[in-house]
Amino acid sequence: MLDGRSQVRRRAGPRLWLSGGWLTALALAAIFASFLSPHDPLAQDLFLGRMPPFWVDSAEPGYFLGTDSLGRDVLSRILYGSRVALTVALIAGTLTCLIGASLGLLAGYLRGWVDVVVSRLIDIWMAFPPVLFSILLIAVLGPGLISIIIAIVVIDWTRFARVVRAEAMAQGAMDYPASAQVAGRTRLSTMLVEILPNVLPTIVALLTLEMGIAVIVEAILSFVNLSISTDDPTWGGMISEGRVSIYQAWWVIVFPLITLFLTVLSFSQLGEGLKDRFDPVLR
Amino acid sequence: MSFLSISNLSVRIAGTTTRLLRDVALSVSPGEVHGLVGESGAGKSMIGKAVLGILPRSVEIISGQIELDGTDLLTLPPAEHRRRIGQSCALIPQDPMTALNPSRRIGPQITDRLVDILGWNRAKARERAVELLHEVHIPDPDRILRSYPHELSGGMRQRILIASAFAAEPKLIIADEPTTALDVTVQKQILKLIKEMQERHNTALLFVTHDLGVVSKICQSLSVLYGGLVVEATDVHGFFRAPSHAYSRALLAATPKYTDPEASLTPVPDAVITEVNAQVDAVDREWRGG
Repeated sequence: MLDGRSQVRRRAGPRLWLSGGWLTALALAAIFASFLSPHDPLAQDLFLGRMPPFWVDSAEPGYFLGTDSLGRDVLSRILYGSRVALTVALIAGTLTCLIGASLGLLAGYLRGWVDVVVSRLIDIWMAFPPVLFSILLIAVLGPGLISIIIAIVVIDWTRFARVVRAEAMAQGAMDYPASAQVAGRTRLSTMLVEILPNVLPTIVALLTLEMGIAVIVEAILSFVNLSISTDDPTWGGMISEGRVSIYQAWWVIVFPLITLFLTVLSFSQLGEGLKDRFDPVLR
Repeated sequence: MSFLSISNLSVRIAGTTTRLLRDVALSVSPGEVHGLVGESGAGKSMIGKAVLGILPRSVEIISGQIELDGTDLLTLPPAEHRRRIGQSCALIPQDPMTALNPSRRIGPQITDRLVDILGWNRAKARERAVELLHEVHIPDPDRILRSYPHELSGGMRQRILIASAFAAEPKLIIADEPTTALDVTVQKQILKLIKEMQERHNTALLFVTHDLGVVSKICQSLSVLYGGLVVEATDVHGFFRAPSHAYSRALLAATPKYTDPEASLTPVPDAVITEVNAQVDAVDREWRGG
């Protein structure tokens, strides 16, 4: 029986490899964007406007994925755009996770007034329409990377808080936290040493999911021009610009869309894969 | 001199006047096994939880003393309460499936207490853990200490919980229906094991159960609980020969007879329930009046 389980543990699976591989490639692209990009992502050349990608006959050599209506290189803009996307994903995702999971854990394990306060806060939060709420927040804070991150954290912490609270409650109702307390543990140490490791697989899965969502939120905000300054390339901004010329130059909108899609998918698949590996029963 | 002595203990649902324990008194001496019997909801487990300080937040202690070795636990600050409990008491919980942390290996779960409370080093604690697993008849302790709980069967886990309870040589162990979640063949072994360990370590044992058969095998004295009220407290021989309270008699009559499997089950008669309910009400009236 022991051996059967450890077999399961060793198999990482194509899901984990593929999603991890794509995200690693993307991270490298973001870090080395200035070396990898064949062109300046902001350089305009109106004579080279709407050049198709490399396999089409009329393609301009050196512009692999074509150019947009202002003659800017689509590949270079996607590479630079991954900087914003990944920064937002990592920072906003992590902050959201820290705040939401902490509140959820405290509420779910300690119960009492902490739970009352956190639960009511979640109820109130959930009543706001998230997209409108974020647009409103950015309007108040002013556009910019930090504003986007703040908006995502403020909107999405409830996702963690709700799930982690429920999970912590379920764990708290079992016998082992009580046994730990009889053995002299304080409530706080019980929460951190006994409860937290059992909630961790869920938190990890949520965290990567949240990173994917952060990428989408950033793209949505860029799409409505509320992200960072319009100069910096973002995937959402590219999609928004490409939308105008979709009949003449489909590649301007399609390539950033594919990148966005693969990235969000990879984050969620990575989460599922990691969850299995963190789960003590499956591990 | 008894090691645990509870007197006048009342517990209610927080913020209401509904009492869940009604002036409970009982005591357990070193080496004694005291049974706590009653139907579900009678408050058996509640007494154990009150002693160990792990009552749910929804209930509160409103009066009484819980004296452990002469000190009233209820007057102690929480940290001191926790320290005392950790040093001298242990719990054998009901459900071995949820009583071990699924994400930690067995080893540290047994040795934690030795390291945290007795201040032993890890190596010494681990040696002791191996010794204990031998004591509860677990083969290959080294492998078990490295295992996760889900890799072990229910009976195995209950053995581990028993070993863990006896680890720090507690003076008092509270066993909260330790055999209820196990199948019948394993129940018998576990019961025997608890008795064996209790006798070897001369521990005071408060044994919560709804099974009078178990009481007759393992306990010296018992308290019968109904609606949070101790309706009868006596020694086991007296109880099984001639229970004095009508409810006790009815409870005893309701036990299925092994010798007569064809006999239909006898429920506790309505008249007895009415009588004992009236007694509970009378106690409550007196309490409100006083």
